Amino acid sequence: MAADAQQRPVQRPLQRPIAPENLRPGSAYLSADLKALQDDEFANPGMLWVERGERMWSDAAGPDGKSCATCHGAASSMKGVATSYPAIDKASGRLLTLEQRIRQCRSERQHAPQWDYESPELLSISAYVASQSRGMPMNVNIDGAARPHLEAGRRLYSQRMGQMNLACTHCHDDNAGRRIYAERIGQGHPTGYPAYRLEWQSLGSLGRRLRACLSGIRGDMFAPGSNEHGDLELYLAWRAQGLASEVPGVRH
Amino acid sequence: MAARIQIPANPRRGDIIDVRLLVQHAMETGYRYDDHGKLVPRNVITELTCAYGGREVFRARMSQGIAANPYLQFPLLVTDSGDIEISWVDDAGVRGSEKRALQVRE
Repeated sequence: MAADAQQRPVQRPLQRPIAPENLRPGSAYLSADLKALQDDEFANPGMLWVERGERMWSDAAGPDGKSCATCHGAASSMKGVATSYPAIDKASGRLLTLEQRIRQCRSERQHAPQWDYESPELLSISAYVASQSRGMPMNVNIDGAARPHLEAGRRLYSQRMGQMNLACTHCHDDNAGRRIYAERIGQGHPTGYPAYRLEWQSLGSLGRRLRACLSGIRGDMFAPGSNEHGDLELYLAWRAQGLASEVPGVRH
Repeated sequence: MAARIQIPANPRRGDIIDVRLLVQHAMETGYRYDDHGKLVPRNVITELTCAYGGREVFRARMSQGIAANPYLQFPLLVTDSGDIEISWVDDAGVRGSEKRALQVRE
């Protein structure tokens, strides 16, 4: 027993921040009109990015002319992928968000010009990949190398920030269901992202949404692709574990 | 620029169907300022037309009051099989088009 503990340290079982039966997806807080728009496979504006991603899937890039399809085959091979992100990259040991993994493919495997965060190209491919997991439950791995990132994300989630001195938990745990200005506050799950936000008049990533929250509390925004984003996005994904992906979501 | 067209799969001659359109366009209003305080110039789709079998059946003149990625819908009387083709132009003079074949159920 003792020898076992030395070789394989037992990771503390974690208490779920929200009990599974109390999880409410972002769509539960939408008006009837917006929910209908999100469910409309044709009119959901996010589908414009998903369709573009579908067209780009077979586009050759880089000196070897590799497309996404070259390595990954049909996009259906991406089922269950987005719901497992953020995830530890085995080669480097780093935590990667889905956008970071796609960018890594661009530079390290396709040797193609990099796509900026929030660029139309990166949004289209990540929306297309994530939409393959629509309806599937969030299922991130928080063991091993991911555990310190989860803990860092949890600390960020509970950390007071900004001029308003608020932490994520103050709105999304203490006040979920109540209104901020004219909108209803949700539980803060990432399951709709990348999402089409009316405020943006565009599809945007989870990272953009988090930066909007930080801007809203008059705090410093984390840089796109920063460790803070990865850690917090992992924590949010785990907090939403079991909730179905709704990509592309439609939000205010 | 991308656009989506939705029509029923095999309508009958004489059916009145809904043609649904979703066009990807930022529809920049000309009221916004960029991060440097400079006015972002207006660039919206000004005109969108739809032809059915080569004949114009729908025309929309839009301006900055229309939201980005405009959704349009109109009823259409089905006569013969033919292409539903939409074309549009924006303030910058950029043109776009998309088409879908309407197949009448025989």
